Amino acid sequence: MSSTSSAATSIELNWVLPQRGHVGMLSLIAAELAIFTIFVVAYLFYIGKSLTGPLPKDVLELPIFATICLLSSSATIHFAVRALQNGKVRAFGTWWFATMALGFIFLGETGREWHHLIYEKGLTISTNLFGTTYYSLVGLHAFHVTVGLICLAIAMVLTLLGKVKQSHGDRVDVFSLYWHFVDAVWIVVFTVVYVIGR
Amino acid sequence: MRETYEKLQAQLRIRKPLVVFVFLSGCLFPVQAAFGNPADSSQIPNMFKPVSTPAHSIFHLSLFVLTICAVIFAVVFSLLVYSIVKFRRRPGDDGREPPPIYGSNQVELAWTVIPVLIVLVLFLATARVIHAVQSASKPAEAVEVIAIGHQFWWEFHYPGLGVVTANELHVPVSDPAHPTPTFITLLSADTDHSFWIPQLAGKTDLIPNRVNHTWIDPNETGMFVGQCAQYCGTQHAKMLLRVYVDSPDQFKQWVLAQTQPAQVSDAVNEGRRVFETTACINCHAISGTVADGRFGPDLTHLMSRETIASGAATNTHENLQLWIQNPDAIKPGSLMPAMKLNERDLAAVTAYLETLR
Amino acid sequence: MASESITLTAVQEMPRPIGSVLHDWVVTVDHKKLGILYILYALVFLVIGGIEATIMRIQLIVPHNSFVSPQVFNRMFTMHGTTMIFFAAMPILFGFGNYLIPLMIGARDMAFPRLNAWSFWLTAFGGLLLYFSFVGANGLYGAGNAPDVGWFAYAPLTSRAFSVGHSTDFWTLGLLVSGFGSIGTAINILTTIVCMRCPGMTLGKMPLLVWLNLVMAAMVLLAISPLTAAQIMLSLDRFLGAHFFDTQAGGSAVMWMHFFWIFGHPEVYVLVIPAFAFVSEIIPVFSRKPIFGYPVMVAATIAIGFVGFSVWAHHMFTVGMNPYANSFFTITTMVIGVPTGIKIFNWIGTMWGGKIHFATPMLFCIAFLFQFLIAGLTGIMLAASPFDWQLGNSYFVVAHFHYVIVGAILFALFGAFYYWFPKMSGKMYNERLGKLHFWFFLIGFHLTFDSMHIPGLLGMPRRIYTYEPGRGWDIWNLICTIGVFFQILGTAVFVGNLLWSLFKGKAAGNDPWDAWTLEWSTSSPPVEYNFAEIPVVRSRRPLWDIKHPEDPDWQYE
Repeated sequence: MSSTSSAATSIELNWVLPQRGHVGMLSLIAAELAIFTIFVVAYLFYIGKSLTGPLPKDVLELPIFATICLLSSSATIHFAVRALQNGKVRAFGTWWFATMALGFIFLGETGREWHHLIYEKGLTISTNLFGTTYYSLVGLHAFHVTVGLICLAIAMVLTLLGKVKQSHGDRVDVFSLYWHFVDAVWIVVFTVVYVIGR
Repeated sequence: MRETYEKLQAQLRIRKPLVVFVFLSGCLFPVQAAFGNPADSSQIPNMFKPVSTPAHSIFHLSLFVLTICAVIFAVVFSLLVYSIVKFRRRPGDDGREPPPIYGSNQVELAWTVIPVLIVLVLFLATARVIHAVQSASKPAEAVEVIAIGHQFWWEFHYPGLGVVTANELHVPVSDPAHPTPTFITLLSADTDHSFWIPQLAGKTDLIPNRVNHTWIDPNETGMFVGQCAQYCGTQHAKMLLRVYVDSPDQFKQWVLAQTQPAQVSDAVNEGRRVFETTACINCHAISGTVADGRFGPDLTHLMSRETIASGAATNTHENLQLWIQNPDAIKPGSLMPAMKLNERDLAAVTAYLETLR
Repeated sequence: MASESITLTAVQEMPRPIGSVLHDWVVTVDHKKLGILYILYALVFLVIGGIEATIMRIQLIVPHNSFVSPQVFNRMFTMHGTTMIFFAAMPILFGFGNYLIPLMIGARDMAFPRLNAWSFWLTAFGGLLLYFSFVGANGLYGAGNAPDVGWFAYAPLTSRAFSVGHSTDFWTLGLLVSGFGSIGTAINILTTIVCMRCPGMTLGKMPLLVWLNLVMAAMVLLAISPLTAAQIMLSLDRFLGAHFFDTQAGGSAVMWMHFFWIFGHPEVYVLVIPAFAFVSEIIPVFSRKPIFGYPVMVAATIAIGFVGFSVWAHHMFTVGMNPYANSFFTITTMVIGVPTGIKIFNWIGTMWGGKIHFATPMLFCIAFLFQFLIAGLTGIMLAASPFDWQLGNSYFVVAHFHYVIVGAILFALFGAFYYWFPKMSGKMYNERLGKLHFWFFLIGFHLTFDSMHIPGLLGMPRRIYTYEPGRGWDIWNLICTIGVFFQILGTAVFVGNLLWSLFKGKAAGNDPWDAWTLEWSTSSPPVEYNFAEIPVVRSRRPLWDIKHPEDPDWQYE
């Protein structure tokens, strides 16, 4: 294939392409972004169009605590990844656990909010357009948080079993891309549902 | 055998573009047919024979677009034919590779700029027609119709005239000097439908929870056909449309007849009793009687219509009786249930309906 | 790269028990086997979709025919469209991409081999789920059975009120599942192309097929997801009583249309761009010249990729959008004709000054050029929205898109089959039968789809199980149906040729076409690891450089 072997070797030595894991995860994130965009568009379009109540301003309260937890978990996972890349497995484990805990709290808060909305305010997915778009958008996000938590838990178990090493730094970095994406989506959902839509 | 085949192959290779060309030119015949004059041309919903302004505008735009496309086709087709004929590998070729040409910036520029200009011209011509048709204002003399699409029939109200009818629309002819167009508001009671009579206007959809508008101003009397053009369920195919363009006098007469209450005749009392005590009145309305159902067509002036079942059958005694007894025989999957009347009741009801002129 | 070390004669293995061979194929993660699985799966559904089309055409051969009931006919057009797009066209194109991309970029496999297998089996399962509806979907009043809501399933026809039983749910869920498979394959293709090219193969030196599949994969990621979202919404409506498309609760039927066509229009570019890719590889080889204007071809494809996401509402010109919206979508739709036309000119430029050899793959590509030209022009007609107010939802549209999908995409696919069959199987197909297939199919295609334009121009709407006589449509429907039988004949010759050649064809050798991209440097079929040594390339035609060391491409590119 090569004309002179030295030209070939120099091409080979300088040949660096992006990493598969990162490119793959970014592609997945692009696809997920498109799905969320459609749900956000539906939410925005249907603001004010419900034929019956309850209305957002009657029932929605700002989930400040849950938001702080979720956004902090982006910071903790960042520290976790850095720790592992520097070979500090125990520090990694601690930060990773913190990320998981904050994620669980967020999910718990969402559950509490839904319980309140369903049983005390009478808002379900079939009540009106607001109920439909609210539960589907927040629910889609919560589903993605859940999937992330499952992955976090699996990694946590593997860490406790001592199977996680510095060489896995790249893999947790790829996963952290997903987790950051989930947090970024929450910022959008929060703005659309609790700020614009109320 | 093999030699003949190879010779045939060689000949075909050269003649193929010719064959394709002849075939495609043959396709011009149907275009001629579209413009030709068959005996009963009002039965052919031919957009190239418009009788109303929106259809006229579209027709003229379409000629412009077709001409441009034909020119583009002729140019590119010729280039294609030329290249495969001139640059084919000849028998006895020496096997040397032809000079590799990687590209040419000038040529690429040329065949980018020219298409962009064509697109610009096409777009400007098109935008004019879009606005002309969609932003037309409604004159005071316009006839107003509200069309409600159902599975699988058309409901027509004339709010200004107090007329309620179904499936066959009557409108007055419009004199270009003093236009009397018909403006139609389009609603739907169930799923999506589309109102399409090619000689009168382009199609516009009827969508539930949405109000659409269209307008026509036919300048010729006659009957023009069309049908629902958005798949709406099992009997979408037989949701036919007829528009009768009447002279001003004919239209006045029609409106007068339509605003009378239902004719009453003692001879069909039994049929009327069957009608009013069976489930018929749940769906159908006959003005001046207890029947005021809105789910099916208004039958007050049923016999003023030439067809039944939204055009699926002509309005004859046999068809009417069959439709009542077993609608699936005419329009399987329509929402009219088989009434399962005995023979006496069936004959009586049919006789009653036939008095509703 | 030492091509000598590649031409190992395959070691003769003892014939293995059939169970072991089948097991190999089921658990494989090899991109070549998965590619072939995709292609075979798609061929089966191509035939099934063809049967559904034949049933429809027989029903429409004369007015007021009673070959099938309206209920069956409506299921036929729904299943035909859904099958052909999701379970014939997409899998077959993914299959070719899967097979060829690693070979063409000098890699040993795709970036994520297990994801590759998972995506294939998910897509396969989706198709089976859809077809299970024929037996499993019965609901109230025996309603249900296969879905009958049209392949674009407009709301509110798909609501529980109007679609009783579960037929619509099989449509939704079958496609949802296969959609995840498509996204998986797209991630794989994109990552493979970005991260696994052999040394020296910069983005500007990839074969055009690889570039076009990169654009296609990126489009899939952004286009399939809106459909997934809309189907989730529809399922929430149907199962949990949500109101996304419930017009009685203030929901919007038009919103489904927007979401569907934001998927649906880019989807057709997802289908046609790989067809462009095949043609861009085959025409140069059989004209004996490099592709004319490689950088412009790349730029045009990227332009199509972007602009393709801005045209979707040209499927909704009759919905009653305001004139400004109609004008916007008119101009974007017309604009996309420019890069598309540029590609046609570049293909002609490739043939110009060459020495064209009319082997079967080239015949199909030449027909592609004629037919894609016509398809593009009828597209321009439809882009003029007032013209679309007449032509939309009529048989003119059906003729237009079949001209693209059959006349362009399927013809390019046939060309690709004949071109790469020797590489995949190691055998040459029978050239005479190949040409016979071509002529039968060409005649059938034109009989059917040329004549189909006329009823559309004369007012015949689509999706009708029968029509009124005397509207000027009768003769054209008749001719249209007659063409179907020529196409069936052609397809039968095709399948017979491939099967016969698989067993009795002459050995093909590595490079039967004297071509220039990396896949032709491997054995036919390639060994499992593709290349003994990962190649190093210096130009877009690495094999040309080897065969013509005195005049290599990299001196001129």
